[in-house]
Amino acid sequence: MKWVGLIAVLFTGGLLLSAMDDFPNWGDAHSPANASPVSQYFIEKTIEDSGVPNMVTAVLADYRSYDTMFETVVVLIAGIAIMAILRVGNQIPRGARPAPVSAPASVNDDHQDIIIGTTCRLLIPVLQLFAFYVIAHGHHSPGGGFQGGVVLGTSFILAAIAKGLDPALERLPETRYVKIAFVGVVIYSAFGVACLLLGENFLDYGVLSVLLPTIDAAEARSHSMLGVEVGVAFTVSAIMFAIYANLASKGELEGGL
Amino acid sequence: MIWQFDIIILIFLVITAVISLRVKDLLAASMVFGTYSFLICLLWAGMGAVDVAFTEATVGAGISAVILIATVYNTRRDSSD
Repeated sequence: MKWVGLIAVLFTGGLLLSAMDDFPNWGDAHSPANASPVSQYFIEKTIEDSGVPNMVTAVLADYRSYDTMFETVVVLIAGIAIMAILRVGNQIPRGARPAPVSAPASVNDDHQDIIIGTTCRLLIPVLQLFAFYVIAHGHHSPGGGFQGGVVLGTSFILAAIAKGLDPALERLPETRYVKIAFVGVVIYSAFGVACLLLGENFLDYGVLSVLLPTIDAAEARSHSMLGVEVGVAFTVSAIMFAIYANLASKGELEGGL
Repeated sequence: MIWQFDIIILIFLVITAVISLRVKDLLAASMVFGTYSFLICLLWAGMGAVDVAFTEATVGAGISAVILIATVYNTRRDSSD
């Protein structure tokens, strides 16, 4: 059976390598991705349309905003599915369950270790500040809601690893992180609905300039991108922590790594 | 894109890919998988796709390694094949 697998892999790999010849060169200005009228429009008009220097964010959060909105929903659904799958077998009520098998004593002692505790105390505020910078500056420099949200979620996970899962869940219990995750999607779609109510297409931010009279349509697009990225960051950070907390404790939310 | 760097990164990429598939200890495999993601992140950054590199660094090298380790902790550490 192993030989069949090897032959199949070699055959597929050979096909892929032979197709490599037809690829355009790296940075080729005439490659289909660069030469299509759609990319030309993005490259030439992004600054004019929204004044956002980071074209990637402009495409992600403005031109293809509808796409990104449902990517956020996908993240939300994935997190909820993980929670649901891990709890299918766990129908025993909380009191009747046998005490969770605690980790070996050495691991628990390590959790109290002064080196880990101090390092995390120094590292977590810096991580969270950096996450806020990445979210807020995402339309001017690399980054954005997804990356910043992951960094923010990672800082909670770091706290959960260093101090144990239970103290972290006291700070951010399940009722709260699920709410945060849903609020993120609500923020994102609220921007779309606001555009609808003002008589434009869903997520066509330009019309939002009537809400703030000092800004024009381009600035309204730029600020709305920041707004929807904050929504994305809410959902992503909460779901990242939710996935870790549930996976590390088999969905029981106690004990953990 | 500097081709000497690319060659080095690609060689390490193949090495880490093979190691993460061959090693019996799944904890080690997840760590090596994080290294693999980080090397891909370096490749993206070299190509100028900084946003993609950032996502790969945070999601690939950061959080998926943690999630894999959490899963290994709750299942089995040794691979059966």
